[in-house]
Amino acid sequence: MFKRIAFTVNGKAYNFEVDVRESLLDVLRSHLGFTGAKQGCGVGECGACSVLIDGVPYDTCIYLAVWADGKDIKTIEGVAEKNGELSEVQKAFVEEGAVQCGFCTPGLVLTTTALKESGKDYTREELKRELSGHLCRCTGYQSILKAAEKSLEGHVCTCVDSPHYKGK
Amino acid sequence: MYDIKGYYDAETVSEATLLLADNPNLKLIAGGTDVLIKMHGGQLEDAELLSLRKIKSLESISAAEDGTIVIGAMATFSMIFHNPMLKDLIPILTEAAISMGGPQIRNIATIGGNVCNGATSADSASSLFALNAHLKLQDKNGERVVPIREFYMGPGKVALNPGEILTEILIAPEDYKGFGGQYIKFAMREAMDIATLGVAVVCKVQSGNFDEVRIGLGVAGPTPLRCLEAEAYAKGKKITSETLAEIGKLAVKSAKARTSWRASKEYREHLVEELTQRALKIAVVNAGGAEVV
Repeated sequence: MFKRIAFTVNGKAYNFEVDVRESLLDVLRSHLGFTGAKQGCGVGECGACSVLIDGVPYDTCIYLAVWADGKDIKTIEGVAEKNGELSEVQKAFVEEGAVQCGFCTPGLVLTTTALKESGKDYTREELKRELSGHLCRCTGYQSILKAAEKSLEGHVCTCVDSPHYKGK
Repeated sequence: MYDIKGYYDAETVSEATLLLADNPNLKLIAGGTDVLIKMHGGQLEDAELLSLRKIKSLESISAAEDGTIVIGAMATFSMIFHNPMLKDLIPILTEAAISMGGPQIRNIATIGGNVCNGATSADSASSLFALNAHLKLQDKNGERVVPIREFYMGPGKVALNPGEILTEILIAPEDYKGFGGQYIKFAMREAMDIATLGVAVVCKVQSGNFDEVRIGLGVAGPTPLRCLEAEAYAKGKKITSETLAEIGKLAVKSAKARTSWRASKEYREHLVEELTQRALKIAVVNAGGAEVV
C-alpha cells in the first residue's frame, strides 16, 4: 500500500509515493540519501535517528513516513551554511571535543539546535533532561553538555538555584 | 519495514468510529511509541492501522465551566508538561508526564495511548488513579464515561469495547480542588527508563488532620491500583509520622507486587511502604498542612 506525501527536507520540496510500511528514517536514508540520520536501536531509545520535524526533535525510526506529509524536516545535512561553514552549535561540538565515534552526534547537534532556536533559557538540569533522549556509548556526556552550554551561551539560566548562578 | 497491511487516516472522531465499526480488525495508532515497538518485536503482525493523528480536536487541553479538566486523548506528554493550567491545578500529572521516556518520545507519545496500552508501568497511570480520572469512550452509537479504575483489566488489557475510541480524560473539580499532591517515579535512570514503582498521592488537610487521601500506584500489581484500605484508614486521622507509617504499611496490603527482572517483590513492597510516606509528607505541605517531622 502506497500513499503520496509532500514534504520538505532542508528546504527542498519532495512529493512522491511512500510505502506505508516505511519509517521516515527508511525514506530519509534509503530513498533520499540523508544518511546523517543513523539507525541505532530502532525502537526510539537511542536518539541516533533524530531529526527536526517542524523544528521539534523526533525519533524517525518510530515515525511512519506517511506522517511526514506536509512537514518541514531538517536533518544534519541541512545544519551548516551552504558554503560549508559550520553552525554555531556544530562549532561548539568541535571546540569542546564533544565528538568521538560520531554516531550520536547528528541527533545531539539537531536537538541542541532546536534548543537554541527556541530562544528559551535553560538550567543545567533542564539541558541534561532535554538531551537525555540521546545515548552516547563513548560516554562523552560531559563534553556534550559543555558543547550544549556553549551553543546556548547567554541562554543558560543563571537563576539562584542554578549551578550557573554567578552570585555576588 | 513495519508489518503493516493497511493504513487509514481519520480526520474526525466520528469518521474514526465509522471506520472502526466497518472493520473491527483495525488497530488504533496514536503516537506509535507502543504500537510500532510491538511490531518491531513481532508481537503485532499484519496490522491494519487506523491513525488518529489527523484528529486535531483530540489534542486540546481545557477546563470546562464547572471546573472539570478535559485532556484530549491525543495530547502528547510534552503538551501536558508544558500546559500552564495543568501545572497549576494537577502538577502530579505534569510531573508524571516529564518523567516518561525522553524528549523525542514525549514529543509524540500521547496520554490516550499510554492509558489504552494498559501497562501497569504507564507513567501517567498512578497520577490518573490518584486523581480519580474518568475516561470518555466513543463509538459510532454514542459515548460513555468510565472511571479509570474500571478501565484497566489486566496487563495490556483495557475495557475498550470493539469499535470504541478513548477521546477524553476527565478530572472532576471535587477530585482535585483543595488537594495537594506528589508524584514519585522510582527508576534506575533519570530518563529513558521504565518505572520500578510509580507513586502518586493527593490529600486534603483540615486543621492538622487528613480530610481525604488518595494513593495511586503503578508497577505494584498487574494493573495500576488504588490503596483503598490505607485511604480509608487515613480519613480524619491526625497527621503524624505514626499515621504516615501505618498508611505505608496498609498501602502494601493493596499492592500485588511481583518479582521481575527490574526488582523483587520484597523490594517493591519496601518501596511502596517507604515512597507512599515520602510522597504524602510532601503532599501534606502542598495541601497547606504543616511539615511532618
